Amino acid sequence: MSQAGNAPPEENLVRTTLRVNNTTHELSHDSRLTLLDALRDTLGLAGTKKGCDQGACGACTVIIDGQRVLSCLTLAAACEGQHVITIEGLAQREELHPMQAAFLHCDAFQCGYCTPGQILSAVCAIQEVHAGVPSHVTPHVRQKVSGAALSDEEIRERMSGNLCRCGAYANIVAAVRQVLSSEVGS
Amino acid sequence: MRAFTFQRVAAAEDAARALATRPGAMFLAGGTTLVDLMKVDVLTPDTVVGVQPLGLSNIDVSDDAIVVGATVTNSQLAWHPVVRDRYPVLSEAILSGATTQIRNMATIAGNILQRTRCSYFRDVHALCNRRQPGSGCDALEGFNRGHAVLGVSEHCIATHPSDMCVAMVVLDADVHTVRPDGTTRSIPFREFHRAPGETPHIEVALEHGELITRIAIPHLPAARRSHYLKVRDRASYEFALASAAVVLDLDGDTIRAARLGLGGVASKPWRALETEHFLTGRRASDETFRDAAEIALTAAVAREHNHFKIELAKRTIVRAFSTARNANV
Repeated sequence: MSQAGNAPPEENLVRTTLRVNNTTHELSHDSRLTLLDALRDTLGLAGTKKGCDQGACGACTVIIDGQRVLSCLTLAAACEGQHVITIEGLAQREELHPMQAAFLHCDAFQCGYCTPGQILSAVCAIQEVHAGVPSHVTPHVRQKVSGAALSDEEIRERMSGNLCRCGAYANIVAAVRQVLSSEVGS
Repeated sequence: MRAFTFQRVAAAEDAARALATRPGAMFLAGGTTLVDLMKVDVLTPDTVVGVQPLGLSNIDVSDDAIVVGATVTNSQLAWHPVVRDRYPVLSEAILSGATTQIRNMATIAGNILQRTRCSYFRDVHALCNRRQPGSGCDALEGFNRGHAVLGVSEHCIATHPSDMCVAMVVLDADVHTVRPDGTTRSIPFREFHRAPGETPHIEVALEHGELITRIAIPHLPAARRSHYLKVRDRASYEFALASAAVVLDLDGDTIRAARLGLGGVASKPWRALETEHFLTGRRASDETFRDAAEIALTAAVAREHNHFKIELAKRTIVRAFSTARNANV
């Protein structure tokens, strides 16, 4: 009885094929399910965090088809056929992604709740810098930015979608800078 | 969130038809407005039709125009090399809004249709003529520091929140649509958004079921000398208190033609045509820009907490024009 009461009416069920960290899942779900809740509650991938649940904090950041987005404002039903990368999919087997290693090395977190979103966002921010695309603080949008000469102001602007209530920002900027320097240097 | 049916369709015409017979149905693109407002019960569609898989995601560049598909993301448009080169004001406006995550999701059509950030509109327990016609407006005597001073009425003083739209209105973009009966039309950007008047709940020129398919931005050589200046409470990730989109066509230090749009202070993406007319043929000096700014804000009406926006908008206009004048193009 209670089960029937909780199940969505038939017309509100959606079937969605979701690829997460290279694994394909066939979901049959309530149309209201967000990608964030699908990852955490349906697939058990609790690394993606629910902060504000209204698109303001960035804790739920994931990468869809190469772009960083907010999973709390994304309906699971809208992700048909898309490839989602979460924090669980970033390391190669036992080897941490360079951004994960840099966050450890620079002590770029305190409580750790915003960290998965920060790291995924930073990974994409660096790809965007390598692509040369401008940000709001780039002196002119015609200009191509360069990773080697990127200012702290640029890093802060590009990471402004991820809040850290412990205030670890200085070390987060340092971690991003460390990865940029190692990639530009290599 | 209220229950709804999620519907997938294959073509733009199918999407328009899917809405036609259902007054409670809505289109879903990037979701940054719709999902957000569904979570707080401000929007309660009974059917949601996804439009992102419809293939409206190209940017076509020609000598006459740039034609942008409805579901091109804000990031894609802002980062496009031709947009950055020909229309810096547009790239700058987009990049000044929200965050990379949100710009990666938000689409061009969705940005044009985004709803106000007025806290009384977002709170279902408050009175709001825009959300519930005829109920009243709690912003009039409430905390209205962020509210509009141009294009307001005694029924609504909500601010249009978009940065991108301020650049679009200055560039005289056209909004192309398809209606449920399959007919298409194009709506000039200046006529797309409505000032609230006595019907604040009617925000745009679209009929129910009419789907935006693309935005055409005509070629404007003068837009190489253009700029978007946004003033806000935080350095990043905040809506405008005042913003100005400007285009300057100079002949030496004489203004051949100028365009001015305002954001953060108006009920819709604001085009200041009288000000543009005043600037034509005058010297491009800060004094001229200050006189122009006075004209642009002549009709401003402030409430208890937003009077500061009038002077702020004037200074924003002067700085935006002087920055554009001094730019190397």
